Amino acid sequence: MLQRAFRRIPWGYTLRRLLIAVPTMLAIITVAFLMMRAAPGGPFDGERKLPAATERAIAEKFGLDKPLHAQYLDYVGGVLQGDFGPSYKTLGKSVNDLIAEGLPVSLTIGALTMLLSLILGTALGVFAGLRQNSAADYGVMGIAMVGISVPSFVIGPILILLFALGAGLFAVGGLGSYPNIGMSWHNMTLPVLTLSLAQIAIISRLMRASIIETMRANHIRTARAKGLSEWDVITRHALPSALLPLVSYAGPAMARVMTGSVVIEKIFGLPGLGSYFVDGALNRDYTLVMGAIIVYAGLIILLNLVADILYAMLDPKVKYD
Amino acid sequence: MASAAPILDPTGRAEAVTQAIQGGRSLWDDARARLMRNTAAVVSMVLFAIIVLVAVIGPMVWVHNHETISDLRTVPPTFENWHILGTDLQGRDLFARLLIGLRISLMVGVVATVVSLVIGVTWGAVAGYLGGRIDNFMMRIVDVLYALPFIFFVILLLTVFERNIVLIFAAIGAIEWLTMSRIVRGQTLSIKNKEFIEAARAAGVSQYGIITRHILPNVIGPVAVYVTLTIPVVILAESFLSFLGLGVNEPLTSLGVLIADGADMMEDKPWMLIAPAVTMSVTLLCLNFIGDGLRDALDPKER
Repeated sequence: MLQRAFRRIPWGYTLRRLLIAVPTMLAIITVAFLMMRAAPGGPFDGERKLPAATERAIAEKFGLDKPLHAQYLDYVGGVLQGDFGPSYKTLGKSVNDLIAEGLPVSLTIGALTMLLSLILGTALGVFAGLRQNSAADYGVMGIAMVGISVPSFVIGPILILLFALGAGLFAVGGLGSYPNIGMSWHNMTLPVLTLSLAQIAIISRLMRASIIETMRANHIRTARAKGLSEWDVITRHALPSALLPLVSYAGPAMARVMTGSVVIEKIFGLPGLGSYFVDGALNRDYTLVMGAIIVYAGLIILLNLVADILYAMLDPKVKYD
Repeated sequence: MASAAPILDPTGRAEAVTQAIQGGRSLWDDARARLMRNTAAVVSMVLFAIIVLVAVIGPMVWVHNHETISDLRTVPPTFENWHILGTDLQGRDLFARLLIGLRISLMVGVVATVVSLVIGVTWGAVAGYLGGRIDNFMMRIVDVLYALPFIFFVILLLTVFERNIVLIFAAIGAIEWLTMSRIVRGQTLSIKNKEFIEAARAAGVSQYGIITRHILPNVIGPVAVYVTLTIPVVILAESFLSFLGLGVNEPLTSLGVLIADGADMMEDKPWMLIAPAVTMSVTLLCLNFIGDGLRDALDPKER
């Protein structure tokens, strides 16, 4: 089984996609770099005018006194070696430090959200699709519509109001206080739930449409005709093919979850990469913002690639030359 | 004279054909009938019409102005002085601000969607019609752009440059055209080899003429559906930016700004959050129901 799947990996396609990813990443780095440099006003323009000597010293320290192309080459060279440079605003910390602090929080939120959405979304979608046009179907789809339409920054505060401030079940925000600092059920449940609702809604709508289409397919009629129980027909024959559209949605879904995480981290005061990114953008901490964009872009490109390869392995109809 | 001649009708379809030619029940008539049977979509259309009307006329006729500061700060909803939704931290009437916020959010939704429509339809139609290597190249660009975390670039754009509402329109519109271009390309591919296109080509119509006069009118259906579904996405994107403090500037406001302000105060002044949150949710719900209804009406195979 595993061996067969391994043989189905489209190596040529994977290689080509990886080759496209390189110029894409380079383009992202270049655009981000140029936009930052095009900004009116430098990162160190404060309320007070600094003495000329101090300004020169700062410019020298961050390499801002060099010509633009030299700065660019320095930066790209650094990134290739995994060095995103010093943060402009957080004294004494490098961008690498900040990413190392923030990324685990963001990744945990993202991974838990994806897991919860995939399980619940699939279950709800299949449940509704098998009961097409019944009251249960309309009920689930109606709720899914609400899930899609109500933005996370509305759901988040409402959940805080009800379950954290009201019932006192969960933390209002943050990751706890010293010495009990860290991720736990207490402070991660609400953020993950808030971020999941929209994805659960989208996935359940997708799965409903997919299972309805699959149940009309010929191989389902065959399975029924040979006398399989309805349960076997659904789990062994309908689900494997109905799940395929979900695999191709997984890539975009992860991108959406990562973007959504930015808002969730702000609402719940979590020190994730998204929080750092927004704060960095508001403070003109250019190196931090660029580092965050590059990490996000790299993650999204990588996850998309994995999703596409998985799709090619699972769908016998797809041929990549 | 014509009625005297007997009609030769070996297939027995003459009546149906005549009706189709004279405009009996066309595809659009069927779609309209199906849409009208969809209760959720009809209710949403009525509600949305009211919302638009309120957003357009409301700010002109409401007793308070959205900019006027007063000493009555954070007053809860009351009929005294007509502060029916209360006032904010600067004593500005919240209903007046809600009306302006709704208007701005709808405006962003429509303008940014039009931007995405123009780019997406042009790109998709040209790629689909020209085909071959050009199509391959153009769609590869779309694939690459799809993989980018665009909203991060928009945030970057808004922090680097002076924030203004036109930039928000353009930036959001520029990221939402990708799916549109894929839809239009697919439709174009499926109709470009039909006889009527060949006939037009044989008659010497230019490529520009074929795309604008023969292909585009035939892709309107799916595009209309996608446009309806793009507007709520765009409104959401603007609110997302506003919520992060990167949206429209004071004293203007949008639903996202109002929700962000309300969320800050929700512990002891929940009314500041509830009104904009409900308005936003109802608006998006209506648009999504209309879009879904349109899709089911035009493409009924899922029902």
